[in-house]
Amino acid sequence: MDPLLNYAIFFVTIAGIYAVWSLALNVQWGLTGLFNIGIVAFVAVGGYTSVLLTVEPSATFGGGLGLPLAVGFIGAMVTSAILALLVGLITLNLRADYLAIATIGIAEIVRLFLKNEEWLTNGVRGIGGVPRAFADLGPEGLALANMVLVLLCVLIVFLLIERARRAPWGRVLRAIRENELTVLASGKTVKYFRLQAFVLGAAIMGLGGALYAHFVGFISPEAFEPLQTTFLVWVMLIAGGSGNTKGAVLGAFIIWAIWSGSQIVTGWLPPELATQAGALRMGLIGLLLVLVLLFRNEGLLSEEDQRRADIAREARNDGR
Amino acid sequence: MLEAREMTGGYGGADILHGVDLTVAPGEIVAIIGPNGAGKSTAMKAIFGLVHLREGSVRFDGQEITNLPPNRIVLRGIGFVPQTENVFPTLTVAENLDMGAFVRRDDFEAQREKVYDLFPILRDRRRQPAGQLSGGQRQMVAMGRALMLEPRLLLLDEPTAGLAPAVVQDMFGSIREVNRELGVSILMVEQNAKHALKMAHRGYVLAAGQNRYEDSGPNLLANREVAEMFLGG
Amino acid sequence: MAELLQLVIFGLVLGSILTLGAIGLSLTYGILKFAHFAHGDFMTLGAYFALSLVVTANLPLLVSIPIAALATLIVALIADRLIYRRLRRTRPVILLIASVGVALMLRSAVQLIWGPNVQVYAQGIQLPYVIPFADGAIRIKPDHLIIMGGALFLVASLHLFLQRTRVGKAMRAMSDNPDLAQVTGIDTEKIVLWTWGIGIAMAAAGGIFAGLDSQLHPVLGWRLLLPVFAAAILGGIGKPYGAIAGGMTIGLAQELSTLVISPDYKPAVSFAIMVLVLIFRPRGIFAGRST
Repeated sequence: MDPLLNYAIFFVTIAGIYAVWSLALNVQWGLTGLFNIGIVAFVAVGGYTSVLLTVEPSATFGGGLGLPLAVGFIGAMVTSAILALLVGLITLNLRADYLAIATIGIAEIVRLFLKNEEWLTNGVRGIGGVPRAFADLGPEGLALANMVLVLLCVLIVFLLIERARRAPWGRVLRAIRENELTVLASGKTVKYFRLQAFVLGAAIMGLGGALYAHFVGFISPEAFEPLQTTFLVWVMLIAGGSGNTKGAVLGAFIIWAIWSGSQIVTGWLPPELATQAGALRMGLIGLLLVLVLLFRNEGLLSEEDQRRADIAREARNDGR
Repeated sequence: MLEAREMTGGYGGADILHGVDLTVAPGEIVAIIGPNGAGKSTAMKAIFGLVHLREGSVRFDGQEITNLPPNRIVLRGIGFVPQTENVFPTLTVAENLDMGAFVRRDDFEAQREKVYDLFPILRDRRRQPAGQLSGGQRQMVAMGRALMLEPRLLLLDEPTAGLAPAVVQDMFGSIREVNRELGVSILMVEQNAKHALKMAHRGYVLAAGQNRYEDSGPNLLANREVAEMFLGG
Repeated sequence: MAELLQLVIFGLVLGSILTLGAIGLSLTYGILKFAHFAHGDFMTLGAYFALSLVVTANLPLLVSIPIAALATLIVALIADRLIYRRLRRTRPVILLIASVGVALMLRSAVQLIWGPNVQVYAQGIQLPYVIPFADGAIRIKPDHLIIMGGALFLVASLHLFLQRTRVGKAMRAMSDNPDLAQVTGIDTEKIVLWTWGIGIAMAAAGGIFAGLDSQLHPVLGWRLLLPVFAAAILGGIGKPYGAIAGGMTIGLAQELSTLVISPDYKPAVSFAIMVLVLIFRPRGIFAGRST
C-alpha cells in the first residue's frame, strides 16, 4: 500500500481514539463542569482491563483469560465506570479546583498500582501480544478495519452524547454547571447527576483506552503518561470548543495534526537535539493551551454557536 | 459636598439604578430608606465605585469621581463600611485599624486614639482578633477602620443589620457622635427606617431604582404615604 | 525506637520541603483565588537555577539559594504579566487551566536547558552523623540539617514579616477578605505582587531543598505538587500558618506510613489525607476561627 495512505490511516485511527477521549472529557468538563485532570487513570484502567481479559493466559501475571475482544471492550468500560463511581462518590461534592487535585491523586495511585502490582499487571515490563482486532485480515486490511472500528466508535459516542446533551438530562447538567440548579434542586439530586456524567465520561475514556491498547498491541504503565493522555486531550477539547460536541471531535483531529506535525519537524533535528524532542513538544502543548485561552477562550466551535444552531433547528422543526 | 446625579447602572447586564440623585451637604446625616430591592445599597456602592455606572455622575467636593476604583475614592476622603464581612477576622483590632490607615505615610497615632475614645471597648480589645468580637463590636471596628483616613464623608451600608435591639441604640448613638464630634458627614442605608429618619437631617426614599421622596427626616416621618409604604404604618 | 526516630527525621525533612511549597501555594490560592498548578514546576525551576549556580558558577549553596529564588521570581513575574494577569478577569478555572499550560512550558524549558537526566548538587556520598540508640542508630546527613534549618529560618522570617510589617499585615488582611481590603484603600495589586513574590521564592527554596535531599530531575516539582496541595488544603487555603502545620503533617505521615504500607504507595498517603480533609473539614484542620 502507498506509504502516505498507510500513514493517513494510522493518523485517522489515533486521532479517532483521541476524539473518543475528547468527547468523554466533554461530558465531564464541557457539559457538567467536572474538572478531571486524571483522564489517564480511567484510560489506563480501561486499557489494562481489556488486555487482561483478552490476552492469552500467562504464568507471570494475573488475568489472561483469552476472552473475545468485545468482552474486553465492555469490561474496559465497566471497570473504568466502577473506578469513577468510587472516586466520584467521595470527591464529586468538591469544588472544581479540589476535584482537579483529587483526580491528579487518582492518576498517581493508578500509576503506582500498575507499576507495583506485578502479579496482576506484570509491572513495568508491560504486557505484549495483545490481540488486535481483525488480525486475520492481514496487515493492510487490519489497519483499515481498525480505522473503521475506531471511527464507528467515535460516531456512536458522538451521537450518544449529542442526544444526551439535547435531552432534558443534558440541560440539567448545564444548569448544574452554571450553578443554576443548586437553589432549585436538593444537593443530593445535583450530586447524582454529576456522578452520572462523571461515570459516563469515565466509561468512554475506558473504551478509548481499550481501543488504544488493542491497536498498539502492547501495554505498559509508560504507555499511559499524563502528558499525552491527559493534557493533550484537554488542549483538544479547549481548542475545539468545550461544551460543543462537534468541537470536541474537531479539536482532536486538529490538535493531533499539529502534534504529529511537530513530531515530523522534531524528526529533522540533529541527533544531539533529537533526544529533546519530547521536551519541545511538551512545551508546545503548554503554549497551545495558553494561547487558546488568551486569544480564543471559547474554542474554534463555541458552545454558544451550538446553542444557536439548536434553537434554529427547533424553530425549523416547530415550523413543520 | 457629595452630588450624585442621574446614577444609572447595575451589576452585569441589568440596570438596578434608573437615574438616582443623592446629595450630602457638609455635616449632614442622610439616610436612604426604601423597600427591599429598591437599589439602596447599590446606589451607595455606585458612589464608591463598586458598581459600574453607565450614565450619570458622582462629584465629591466639586471633583468628578464617577467610576473611579474604590481605592482611589478612599483617598479623596470618603470611607465605606460594608454591611457584612466588614472586618479582617484573623487580624487583631489594632491591626484592623492599621489597615484602615494603610495608605497613610504620616503618623496616625492620634487618629487611632480618637477612634479608641469613640469606642473605648476597642481599646481594651485591641490585641484580640476581630473575628472573636461580638456583632456590635465588629461594627465598631469596621467603622473605626473607615475613620482612620479621617474621611469627610462616611458611607454606612445597613450599620445595624443583624444587631441586637439594645446594641442598635448604641450604634445609632455612635454614628451621631462620629458626626458631631469628628464632623464627618454620614450617608447611610438603613432597614431600620424609623430610627434612621429620627436621627437623620435628611432622608431619601428609593423605590425600584428611582427617587420617590426626598425631605427632612422629621417630614418624611410625618409623611403618611411614606409611613404606610415603608415604615410599617 | 531508632527506626521510628529515623522516620521522624525523614518526615521532618520532607515536611520542611512541602511546607515551603505549601506556603506559597496557600497564599496565592487565598488571595488570587485560583489553584496554581505550575507551583510545583516553579519549585523545579528554582532547583535548576541553583544547580547552575552551584555546579557551573561554583558558588556555595547558601549563596545560591537567594539568587536562584530571585531568578525564579523573575520568571514568575513574567508569567504573571504575560498570562495570568490577562486572564484574571475570567473565571478562576480558566486561570487553573492556564497554569497547567505554564507548568508544561516550564518543565519543557527545564528539560531543554538542563537535560532530561538526573543530576545532583554535589557528587560523592555525605558521611552522616550517627546517633547511637539502644536498638540501633539514627543517621542524619548534613544536608538534612541544612534543609530543616533553612526551612526554619525562612518560616521564621515569614512570620516576622507577616506580623511586624505593614505589607505583611496587608497580606494577611487580603487573605482574610480581598474585597474589604480593596474598599479599605489597600493597594491590592501591590500586595498581590508581594504575595506572588514571597510564595514563589519560598517554592524555589523548597525545590532546591528537594533536589538536595535526593536528586534533580525535570518532574521533581510536579511530583511534589500533590503532597504540597494536600498540605495547603490540610492547613486551610490562604492560611500561611496552617500551611506549615499541614506541610509537617503530610511529611511525617508519608514517611511514617512506610511502617505499615509499602513505600511504593507513599504518594497515596497524602492523597488519602487530602480527600479525608476535603470531605470532613473542607476549611482545613488547622483553620482556626473564621467568619
